Amino acid sequence: MRGAAGRSARARLVLTALVATAALVAPFLLGDYQVYQLSVIVVYIVAVLGFDLLTGFTGQVSLGQGAFFALGAYTGVIALTKLHVPYAATPVLAGAVCFVVGTLFGRTVARLEGLYLALATFALAIATPQILKLDALDAWTGGSQGINFGKPASPLPTLLNDDRSLYFLCLAFAFLLYTGAWNLLRGPTGRALVALRDQPVAAATVGIDVAAYRSTAFGVSALYTGVAGALGALVAGFISPDSYTLFLSIQILVGGVIGGITAIGGAIFGGAFIEIVPDLVSKISDAAPWALYGLLLIVCIMVMPGGVAGLARSILHAAEKSRKARPR
Amino acid sequence: MQALLHQIFSGLANGAIYASVALALVMIFKATHEVNFAQGELAMFSTFVASSLINAGWPYWGAFVATLAFSFVVGVVIERVVMRPLQGAPALNTVVVFIGLLVLFNGLASWIFGHTMREFPSPFPPAAWYGSSYLSPHEVGMIGVTLVVLTIVFLFFRFTRLGLAMRAAAENPHSSRLVGINVGWMLALGWGLAGALGAVAGMMAAPIVYLEPNMMSGVILYGFAAALLGGIDNPWGAPLGGFLVGVLENVAGAYLVGSHLKLALALALIIGVLLFKPSGLFGKTTVVRV
Repeated sequence: MRGAAGRSARARLVLTALVATAALVAPFLLGDYQVYQLSVIVVYIVAVLGFDLLTGFTGQVSLGQGAFFALGAYTGVIALTKLHVPYAATPVLAGAVCFVVGTLFGRTVARLEGLYLALATFALAIATPQILKLDALDAWTGGSQGINFGKPASPLPTLLNDDRSLYFLCLAFAFLLYTGAWNLLRGPTGRALVALRDQPVAAATVGIDVAAYRSTAFGVSALYTGVAGALGALVAGFISPDSYTLFLSIQILVGGVIGGITAIGGAIFGGAFIEIVPDLVSKISDAAPWALYGLLLIVCIMVMPGGVAGLARSILHAAEKSRKARPR
Repeated sequence: MQALLHQIFSGLANGAIYASVALALVMIFKATHEVNFAQGELAMFSTFVASSLINAGWPYWGAFVATLAFSFVVGVVIERVVMRPLQGAPALNTVVVFIGLLVLFNGLASWIFGHTMREFPSPFPPAAWYGSSYLSPHEVGMIGVTLVVLTIVFLFFRFTRLGLAMRAAAENPHSSRLVGINVGWMLALGWGLAGALGAVAGMMAAPIVYLEPNMMSGVILYGFAAALLGGIDNPWGAPLGGFLVGVLENVAGAYLVGSHLKLALALALIIGVLLFKPSGLFGKTTVVRV
C-alpha cells in the first residue's frame, strides 16, 4: 500500500517538475506570438481553476463565469487607465473586487439548487455584454467600443521583451493561485466543501454552515476568475464588451469539463485545450471549434465524466492493480 | 395613452413567441425535471431549415409543416440518443450536456448556413385586413398561430389516449409502467413536441429579429423568465407568463429601463422569481423528502 502511494506521489512529482520546467523555459524558445498564446493559456488555467473550485468542489453549477471574468478585466483596466495603478497590481485589485461581488452574489443565490443556479448564472452570462455597453457607464467603460490601452511595457526591457514580461506576470499569479487552491482543498475547508457537494443535508446536520460556505466558495471562485480577467486584459492590450459573451463562459466550462472538474491539475490541461484546439480546428471552418466543443462536452460527460485528470487517475490505478496481481 | 396601448399590444405579440418557448420548456421539465438550455438553438436551427426549404421553392406553409416534422424528429432523436443514458445523473451532468447541445447546434448552424443575417418571410402579408395601427398583420398572425398551437396542445393532452398516457408518464412513471405505458417513448414524444413548439417560436420570431445563429439568445432568456414567472411545471401558467413577460418587457423598455437593458431586465426577473417565488405565480410548491 505504501509502495503504491509512493509511486503515485512520485509520478505526480515528476509531472509537476516537467510542467514547471516547460513553463519557465518555453517562452525563451518561442516567438512573440507563441509567447502571447502561452500567456492566454495561463490566463485560462486560472479561470478554469476558479470554475473547478466552484462547480467541481462545491457542486454549484455556474454558467456565468464570463461575467466575473469581465468584471475583473474592467476593474483592472479602469484602475490602470483612470486611477493609474501600476499594471502588475491591477489583478490584485480585480481579484478583491470580484471576491466581494462574488460573495454577495453567492449569498443571494445560495439557496438555489443546481439547475436553478445554472439558470440564474446562464442569464447573467447572456446579459453581461449589454450591461457593459450601458450608456450611463460610458465614461468608465468606453461603451460598446471598449478601451484600447496598449500592452504595458516591460520593466526590464534588456532582459525580457513586453510579451515575455507579461507572460511571467501571468505565471506568477497562476502559481500563487494554484498552490493556494491546492492548500485550501487539502485541508478541512476542502472536505467541508466536498461534503456540501455530495450530501448537503448531512453536511448541514454536522454543523457546516451551508450558506456561508457556498457564498464564500462563490467569492473565491470569482476572485480567481477576476484575476484571470485582469491578466487577460493586460495580455491583449484592449477590452471590449463583445469579448465577454455567453460563449466565454461556455469556453471556461469546456476547459473545466475536459480537464476534469474535481482535480485541480486538470485545469492545466483544460486551459491549454481551450486555447490550442480552436486554433487548430478553425482551419476547417470558423464555426468548427464550437461544433467540436459541443460534441466533446456531450461525449466527455458520457464516456469520461472525470475528464482527462480522471482518465489519468484511472489509468494509474489500473497499472497499480496489474502490478500487484503479478506474482513476485 | 395611445403610445402605452401600442406598447402593450406589441408586447402581447412578442409574448406569443415567449409563450411557445415557455410551453416547450414546460413540456420537457414536466417529464424529466430538466431545463432545456438548448431550446433556443434548436428552434434557430429549425428556422434555418425552414428558410432553406423556402429558398428551394417550397410554399411557406408546406415548409412550415415540414419543419415541424423535422424538429419533432430531432427532438425524439436527442432524447433517445443523448438524454436517455443520463437519466438520474446529477444536475451538473445534464446541464453540461444541454450546454453541449446548445454549442453544437450553434456551431453547426454557423458552419452550414453562415453568420450573415437572413431575411425570413412572414406568411401574413403586410397589407392584410387584420392589420391596424396597433398591431401589424405579422403580429396579429403571431398571436393567432400561438393561440391555435396552444389549443391543439390542450386538446391533444385532454382528449386523446396518447395525451393521457404522456401526462401519466410525467406525473407518475412507476405506476404508468405498471399499467403498460411505455414511459421511455412518452418522454421521447414530449421532447419531439417541445422541438416542434420551439420551431413555431423560431419561425414566428425570425421575421422580426432576422435569421442568424444567435437570434434566439434574447428570446430564450425571456422564455426562461416566462416559464419561471408562470410556473415551470404549469402548462397553462407558463404561456400566460410568456404574454405577461412580453408586455412587461415592452412597457418597461419604453418607460423604465430603456431598450438597452432589456436582457438585464430578464436577468432581474429570473433571479427575482427564483428568490421570492420559486414556484412561479401558478406553479406547485414542491417539498423534498430527505
